[in-house]
Amino acid sequence: MGGRFVFEKPDPHNAFITRCMDVAYGDGPLSGIPIGIKDNISTAGIPTTCASKILEGYIPPYDAHVITLLRSAGAAIVGKTNMDEFGMGTTTENSAYGPTQNPADPTRAPGGSSGGSAAAVASGLVRMALGTDTGGSIRCPASFCGIVGLKPTYGRVSRHGLIAYANSFEQIGPLARNVGDCALLYSVIAGYDPKDGTSLDLPPPAPLQAEIQGKRIGVPAEFFGEGVNPEVADVVRSAIDRLADLGAEVVSCTMPSMRYALAAYYVTSMGEAASNLGRYDGVRYGPAPEFFRPWHDAYSRLRKEYFSEEVRRRILLGTFSLSAGYQGKYYAKAQKARSMVRSDFNRLFEEVDIIAGPTMPSVAFRLGKSCDPLSMYLADILTVPANLAGIPAVSVPCGTAGGLPVGLQLMGRHFAEDEILAAALAFEEGSA
Amino acid sequence: MTVIIGLEIHCQLNTQTKLFCGCSTDYREDGPNTHVCPVCLGLPGSLPITNRQAVIYALRVAKALHCEVPEVSEFARKNYFYPDLAKAYQITQYDKPLAVGGYIDIEGEDGGEKRIQLTRIHMEEDPGRLLHMGSGDRGRYTLVDYNRSGVPLIEIVTEPELSSPKEARRFLNKLRATLEYLGTFDSEKEGSLRVDANISIKGHERVEVKNITSYKGVEKALMFEITRQKGMIRRNATIVRETRHYQEARGVTTSARSKEFEHDYRYFPEPDLALLRVSSWVDEITLPELPDARLDRFMKDYGLSKNHARTLTGDLRLADFFEEVCTGIPEIAAPWTADILLGELNYRDMPISKVPVQAFRSLLMEVKKASVTDKSAVEVLRLMLNQVMDGTPPEMADEIIARLGLAKEEGDSIVEIVTSVLAEHEAAVADHRAGKPGAINFLVGQVMKATRGRADPKEIGRIIGDLLKE
Repeated sequence: MGGRFVFEKPDPHNAFITRCMDVAYGDGPLSGIPIGIKDNISTAGIPTTCASKILEGYIPPYDAHVITLLRSAGAAIVGKTNMDEFGMGTTTENSAYGPTQNPADPTRAPGGSSGGSAAAVASGLVRMALGTDTGGSIRCPASFCGIVGLKPTYGRVSRHGLIAYANSFEQIGPLARNVGDCALLYSVIAGYDPKDGTSLDLPPPAPLQAEIQGKRIGVPAEFFGEGVNPEVADVVRSAIDRLADLGAEVVSCTMPSMRYALAAYYVTSMGEAASNLGRYDGVRYGPAPEFFRPWHDAYSRLRKEYFSEEVRRRILLGTFSLSAGYQGKYYAKAQKARSMVRSDFNRLFEEVDIIAGPTMPSVAFRLGKSCDPLSMYLADILTVPANLAGIPAVSVPCGTAGGLPVGLQLMGRHFAEDEILAAALAFEEGSA
Repeated sequence: MTVIIGLEIHCQLNTQTKLFCGCSTDYREDGPNTHVCPVCLGLPGSLPITNRQAVIYALRVAKALHCEVPEVSEFARKNYFYPDLAKAYQITQYDKPLAVGGYIDIEGEDGGEKRIQLTRIHMEEDPGRLLHMGSGDRGRYTLVDYNRSGVPLIEIVTEPELSSPKEARRFLNKLRATLEYLGTFDSEKEGSLRVDANISIKGHERVEVKNITSYKGVEKALMFEITRQKGMIRRNATIVRETRHYQEARGVTTSARSKEFEHDYRYFPEPDLALLRVSSWVDEITLPELPDARLDRFMKDYGLSKNHARTLTGDLRLADFFEEVCTGIPEIAAPWTADILLGELNYRDMPISKVPVQAFRSLLMEVKKASVTDKSAVEVLRLMLNQVMDGTPPEMADEIIARLGLAKEEGDSIVEIVTSVLAEHEAAVADHRAGKPGAINFLVGQVMKATRGRADPKEIGRIIGDLLKE
C-alpha cells in the first residue's frame, strides 16, 4: 500500500540541499521508507546540483536508474543530500550550500563526499540514503558518522543518471544505520541496466545472513602504516581480533602497490573529472555567461567564478596530466599503477576471502581545519585501493577513538558483496 | 613541383538512430532540437550505449575498402570546448581505430589504374551545429541545434598519395559510389560528407585545409591551394605549417586564426564504454556488387565502352536507372544516358531519380526506330525534363513527336525538298561541282533549315550527292 510521507523533521546539520516536504510513495520492499539521495544522482523534477553553483537551478528531465528502482520499490524520496562539490572532497565542507555537520559531534565534519547522506542517516532524519563512492566517498562518511556504508563492485549498480566525477571509479551505494538496512537498500539498486555500457549482468543479491566462520581474513601491513592514527589502529585491530573470536582465520599479508595507489587514483580521477566537467559552460545550465564576450572568454570567466577552488584545482591538474607531452608521464603511468593494485588484490584473494583494515586513518576532522589539499588527499589512502580495483568494500562501525566513531573496512573479491555484508553482519551482531 | 595530397573524409553513416542513443538521425526536415535526448544533449549523468548497426555499417565499409579490422578497438574522448559540442568532448577513436589499411583504386593522371592506400577508418559522433544570428562575428547571438549531435560518422584517412585535384575528385567519386552501393551512406543528404585535405609541394611544409563540404569544393579548394603554394615557392616565400579554412562562396582558403584553433585534445579511453571486439563480425558481412564489379559487368553484358561503363556505374542511382531502361537497346541507352541525359541533368541540376523511366525509354525506342533525328530526339528529351520540372506528368515520346510534328522527313518528300533547295542555290551547286569543299555543307545546312531539323544530315548529304551526280 502506498501513501504519502511528510518530511517534517528539522535538518540541524545541513544534511540536505533540497528537501521534498510531502512525497508520495508506493508499494514494495522499501514502501514508505524515507530515503535521502546524494545530490549528484539525477532525479526527474527535483533540482540536482552536485553542490555546485554551476548547476544551480538544474532540474534533470529524467531519473537515474537507481531512482527508478527505488520508486518501484516503494521508497519515499525525501530530498537531495549535501556533498562536496561534484564529489571532490573528504569533508563535505566543499559545498556551495555550506558544510554539513557530523551528528556525532557537530564541531566536526561528517566526512566526504557523501557527508550529507551519512549525516541524514546518522541523525535519524532518514533511515537510509544513497551515496556515491569514487575514492571512498561512501565509506569515509560512514566511518566518521558511525554508520554502515557499502561501495559495490564496479558495474554492479547502474551509473546511468549519476553525474560523473570520475567514471571509471565511481559507484552508487547504500548508507544505513545497520548492516541489514544497508543490504536491503543494496538489494534494490543492484542489477543489470542496458543503459549503462559498463553494467554487469549478475544474479540478484543473496538474502543476508551473518557468516564469518572459517573465512580467511587478510590484514595488509600497509593498512596500519604511517599516517594511521595509533588510537584508530588499536580500535580496528581489536575489531579484527573479534572477527577471529567469531571464527575467522586472520592472516597477515602485504600490499606493496599501496604506495602508488593514491597517485594513480588522483591522476586518473582528475583526468576524467577535467573531461566530465567541460560541459558546464553556462550554455544549457547554470548561470548564463556574459554573451557580449567571445565564447571562450565567457566560458573561462564563468567556470572560474562558479567552480570552487578545489574543483578548479582538480580540473587543472587533470587537464595537465592528459596534455600532449605529459600523458605518458602521468596518465599512462597511473594506468600502470592501477593495474598493479588490481593484480595485488588478485594475488591476495587467492589466499584470503576478505581483506580488513581501517576505513579512514583518523576520526572525523574538525570543521574548518582542513585547508591543506595534499593532507586531505592523503586521508583517502585506505579507501582508494578498492576503487582502483573495482572491488566491493563496506565500512561498519567498530568502536570509538576519543569518543568519535571508527570504521572497520572489509573488502571482498569482485561481486562478493554478499560475502562482505555477511561478515559485516556477523561482526555487528557479534559485537552487539 | 610535385603535389602531395592526403584526405580525411567524414561520412555520415545512414543509420536509423544515433551512435550512442536511440534518437532518430532523420532530422533534416524537422525543427531544431526535436531529435534530442539526455545522451545526445550530453546532459549530466547520461551514458552512451554503442549502436550496433552503426558498427556493422562501419565494418561493411572497412570490408569493402579492403581494410584490416583489429581484434580490439577502443573509443576515446577528444576534449575541446566549442558551443556545439554538448559534452565538451567528442567520442571518437584514437590510437585503436576500428579498421586500418585498405585501399581504393582510381584512374590515375596517366590514365592507368592507381591504388590509393588508406591509413585507417575510425568511428565517431558528430557534434551539433551553430546558427549565427546576424553576420559573422557581429551577430547578436548564436543558436545551437543538437539534432545532429551524436549522428554516426566514419572518418576515412588516406595516405598522402594523391597527386592532383583531379585525382582527389576521382577518389572521392569512387569512395562515394562505393559507400552508396553498400547502402551505408546517402550523398544527397545535406552535410553527409565533409573533407579536410592536407596539401604540400614536395620538399615544403604541408597545409591542412578544413571545412570542405562539397565534391566540387574539394577540387576547387585544392586547385586554389596548390596555385597559392606554388606561387609562394616561386617568390621564395616560406610555406608555414598551418590550418586553413575553405570558403565555399569565394572559392579561396584563408588562414585560421592560430591561437583560437591551437588544440591539444587530451585524448584518453572513454571510461563509459567497453572495448570493441568486433573483428569476428566481419566474416558474417556479405557485400553487394560494388562499382568495379558492376563496371566489368556492364562492359561484358551490355558491350559498353569503358568510359560509358565508368560513368554509368559511378553513381548507384544512375547505374540502376540505366539497367532499367537499357533492356534490348544497350548500345542506344548507353550514349543517351551517359552523354546526353547526364548533360541535360547537370545543366538543370536535376537528380537522376527525377527522370521518368518509361518516358525516357519510349524516347530511346523512337531513336532505335529512327523515326526522329537525333536533334529532334534531344528536343523531345528537353521537353520531357521541362515537364518534370514544371510538375506536369511527362508525355511519352511518340505523343510529343506527333504533337509537335517532329517525325523525320524521309523518302520522296525529302527528295522534293532537296531538289527545291538545290534549285534555289545554283551558285553553291556550281561551287560544289567546281570541287569547293564547303559547298556541300552549306547545302545540307539549307535542307536542315528547310526541314526544321527533321531530317538526317547524313542522308541529306547522300541524296544531294545522288541528285548532283545525275
